[in-house]
Amino acid sequence: MEPNFGGVVTVTHSGQRRTPKAAKTSSVFKKAVMAVSGIILVLYLVAHMIGNLKIFSGRESFNGYSEWIRTIGEPAVPAQTTLWIIRVVLLAAVAAHIWAAVSLWRQAKRARPVQYVARKQVAQSYASRTMRWGGVILALFVIYHILDLTAGVANPEGTASTPYDRVIAGFSNPFITAVYIVALLALGFHLRHGIWSATQTLGQSNKKRERTVNAFATVFAVVLTAGFLIPPLSILSGLVG
Amino acid sequence: MALELFTLGDPIADTSAPRDVPIGERWSERRFRAKLVNPANRRKLTVIVVGTGLAGGSAAATLGEAGYKVKSFWYQDSPRRAHSVAAQGGINAAKNYRNDGDSVHRLFYDTVKGGDFRAREDNVHRLAEVSVNIIDQCVAQGVPFAREYGGLLDNRSFGGTQVSRTFYARGQTGQQLLYGAYQALERQMAAGTVEQFARTEMLDLIVVDGRARGIVARNLITGEISTHFADAVVLATGGYSNVFYLSTNAKGSNATAIWRAHKRGALFANPCYTQIHPTCIPVHGEYQSKLTLMSESLRNDGRVWVPKERGDTRDPRDIPEEERDYYLERIYPAFGNLVPRDIASRQAKNVCDEGRGVGPEGKGVYLDFAEAMQRLGRPAIEAKYGNLFDMYAQITGEDPYEVPMRIYPAVHYTMGGLWVDYDLQSNIPGLFVIGEANFSDHGANRLGASALMQGLADGYFVLPNTISHYLSSGPFDKVDPQHPAAVEALEGVRAQTERLLSINGNRTTASFHRELGRLMFDLCGMERSEESLRKALDRIPEIRQEFWTNVKVPGELGRFNQSLEHAGRVADFIELAELMCVDALHRNESCGGHFRAESQTPEGEALRDDENYAYVAAWEWTPEGAPPVLHKEDLEFEYVHLAQRSYK
Amino acid sequence: MDLKLRVWRQRDATEKGKMVTYEVTDISPDMSFLEMLDVLNEQLILDGQEPVAFDHDCREGICGSCGVMINGRAHGNGLHDSHPQTATCQLHMRSFKDGETIDIEPWRATAFPIIKDLAVDRSALDRIIQSGGYISAPTGTAPEAHSILVAKKDSDAAFDAATCIGCGACVAACPNASSMLFTSAKVVHLGLMPQGQPERNDRVINMIHQQDLEGFGGCTNIGECSASCPKGISMENISRLNHDLLGALRAGARPKS
Repeated sequence: MEPNFGGVVTVTHSGQRRTPKAAKTSSVFKKAVMAVSGIILVLYLVAHMIGNLKIFSGRESFNGYSEWIRTIGEPAVPAQTTLWIIRVVLLAAVAAHIWAAVSLWRQAKRARPVQYVARKQVAQSYASRTMRWGGVILALFVIYHILDLTAGVANPEGTASTPYDRVIAGFSNPFITAVYIVALLALGFHLRHGIWSATQTLGQSNKKRERTVNAFATVFAVVLTAGFLIPPLSILSGLVG
Repeated sequence: MALELFTLGDPIADTSAPRDVPIGERWSERRFRAKLVNPANRRKLTVIVVGTGLAGGSAAATLGEAGYKVKSFWYQDSPRRAHSVAAQGGINAAKNYRNDGDSVHRLFYDTVKGGDFRAREDNVHRLAEVSVNIIDQCVAQGVPFAREYGGLLDNRSFGGTQVSRTFYARGQTGQQLLYGAYQALERQMAAGTVEQFARTEMLDLIVVDGRARGIVARNLITGEISTHFADAVVLATGGYSNVFYLSTNAKGSNATAIWRAHKRGALFANPCYTQIHPTCIPVHGEYQSKLTLMSESLRNDGRVWVPKERGDTRDPRDIPEEERDYYLERIYPAFGNLVPRDIASRQAKNVCDEGRGVGPEGKGVYLDFAEAMQRLGRPAIEAKYGNLFDMYAQITGEDPYEVPMRIYPAVHYTMGGLWVDYDLQSNIPGLFVIGEANFSDHGANRLGASALMQGLADGYFVLPNTISHYLSSGPFDKVDPQHPAAVEALEGVRAQTERLLSINGNRTTASFHRELGRLMFDLCGMERSEESLRKALDRIPEIRQEFWTNVKVPGELGRFNQSLEHAGRVADFIELAELMCVDALHRNESCGGHFRAESQTPEGEALRDDENYAYVAAWEWTPEGAPPVLHKEDLEFEYVHLAQRSYK
Repeated sequence: MDLKLRVWRQRDATEKGKMVTYEVTDISPDMSFLEMLDVLNEQLILDGQEPVAFDHDCREGICGSCGVMINGRAHGNGLHDSHPQTATCQLHMRSFKDGETIDIEPWRATAFPIIKDLAVDRSALDRIIQSGGYISAPTGTAPEAHSILVAKKDSDAAFDAATCIGCGACVAACPNASSMLFTSAKVVHLGLMPQGQPERNDRVINMIHQQDLEGFGGCTNIGECSASCPKGISMENISRLNHDLLGALRAGARPKS
């Protein structure tokens, strides 16, 4: 033992390398899961939005479209096979998206347990700041949305109605429409940052593309949100139904 | 020379260089004659390396790669912060990629001449030889040097040389080279060959039976003072410009490691050789903590002037052409604004001393780009100097595109340092000194882009070869931590630190440091005279006396205590300042960065006295009260003939 | 100028800290931020108090030692649009108004434990470099420099990434306390050079692995890092790192443990 003096005896070499623990899932891998699952959900949303616009072709067309989704692939496969494949993929994507989000959220919490007394953002946008709580709102909304229009249990028309009736009944109610509008705006912000972020995460952004990617994300988010907002607003204002 | 100043000891000489072969073969011959250490035995040999700049970082990494057990110490939080990081300009190498007549011999010649014939030829020649290997090594590490469109390395001419031999990475060459060494060092740390001691400051050298065997160091976070042992100790702790308080060095740069080694018997060579850089941003107030250098390249297009009249406080733009004195163009029509650093600095001081200086306190001269802007247009100036202009604007709050810049010289580099032989070994066996910390390669004046070259040459290529010769006679007997020499060193450090904390006087460490710095800059700065140096030598002991009775150092020993760190460093600067003045006073000639008012040509140029002063002044420490002992190493010039510099 | 400072004081890593208010007077607008802290410290020492500990060294914005949160912004970057992005030592007091209250806090992250007051331990960044931020080129083994050609475009881009000074502002500013910008700067610097190719896959895998082990957060591409970086390191580097990492995973690279 070498003699030592001074207040503290333990030698802590601040530079010592910690032994790596068992390989965890890397934070970048989690982000990639988030990006890929997000892309699947975005593609679904595009189809969903286009389908929604069929409300303007009238009751028959809309109900027919709804029926078609359930019969794609018949008679090669039994009824609703394709629909369930879509549902399983979506469910898996949602689960993966939430898992990655929660996991990164917890990592971020662990990474800064003590917050700043004063903190001002320099660059972050409203969209990027609200990803996490916005995501929670969207998850809650999706549950409500399925109960409302898919299952019909939360719909004024009840479970026995046709899809068209449920839509018209729901959006004739200003309160229900308001809930949808809030959720869709949240979706818009979520997409605005999500699309840019996915491009970064998948390593497809660079200095030259950065502006384009950001512009695309904004335009895409606006178009999709608008596309989703048109039917409920039209119904509420009496243009349809 | 007055006898009370110093006493004359035995002459010394370098005996490591094989002088029996021609200079071009000496380095390979030295490597051949050096004894080697069997790779299997290397892990039984421990080497302490203090400092992680270009020299220390590259040495520790290379010794680790070779298989030695290395212990690396640095005072900052990371090895990447060493002040080599701040070097801007570039690194010289005799690659002759431009086919412009460069060669190892020319780089050797330029360096000896630039050093005003006060460097050892053997060392300088070796430096020029290994310069080419440095570039290869750095490129292999991924250092992003500037390149041409064909993918080859770009070169530029730097510091007035006639060949383009400077490699660079924009204005951040030092940073990029340091990161290369730092990454190699981190790689060895991961591999386990280099043990790291971050935020640990060396406070004494342990000499056992005449050999350097370890150090006493303080862990700056816990305050713990402990001993560390090894078979050899390497100091790579940089220069001592912070003696002047205001310099371009980092705030933490200090002389403590070399000074404490000096007090353990290592000779300190040429302490008075300091380099003062002409283009720095001037001081703007009492509270100023640091000077910032701007690249010398500014003098390529900027014109230096002051008003002809003293005390002219008009806006520089309102001073008509005929009332301006473009003094460098006037005195040196051939070289004009491009005269060497020491001349440009001294003339700036002269005009300011005449009362014609500009800006607050009259310590500044104008560097004017108005003419260049007219000739080349603003976009061209922006492209060439944009980052420098931005930096200037940021620090001063003035727009240099509109108002002439103000510049003033600042201490930048110290050529002096611990005396070493051709093996870079000091007179204490087992103590090696590399980089700016030694005195070896630059003589009395360092050429631009040569500091980085020397640091990496020493660390990557020279030391790892020469230290093996010393280590081949090891491993030496293990040092018992209770050995009287170790205990004495440890307790000495502890006693000094406790004493600093107990004085509890009325003045801060910084106020002493400022006082010392101002005194040194005024009396032992760009121009020294017997009168000024005697004045300094009268005053410094008083400062030291007051420091040790009236300094106030708050905090505790056993904790992170930056005030305590600073106090210990200033205590050493005060002692070193005295030796610098003694050295400057004894050297009654002007050479390179050392200008004695008594020794100048009728035109006011530096006048060397080769007859009496063509030697290295290596100083031996003596306990307080006794004058230091001077050992002379005579310099012989076999290959470069002594000549007077002239830039007229 | 007269200023009110609210400074984080904490004796060491184990004790709790708090904001303490001080007043400084006669501050010149030409002072740097750290010189203003020097004035405060000299005042504290003469008053018999302990000065505020903060890391600093070169004071010309290149060593990366200094760095504090100033009014909630890393290095004070973003205080004014007109002020270029710098390190704390290059921020000058003319950026503040007479009578202003300035909040000064240390970097906050689990991976950066506080040593004292405003000084933190950033050795986690060094360990990320240790895990792969280098090119293995032992001294003396290098081929002639001109035997390796590097396209100017790549060399310039590598240089831009390599200017990172490792100050930790990216971590401090990131809402997730992620060091992704730091890690990506090194991955991209070496990954753009031909010399860096052989170790490219392992490098990125191991560096990200170490980054996660050190307790940094994950990147969610918010951009506070780049906007707070004194060297303006671009977010593009993070994208490039992600690209490299996914490629390395596909190629079967796994972190060494």
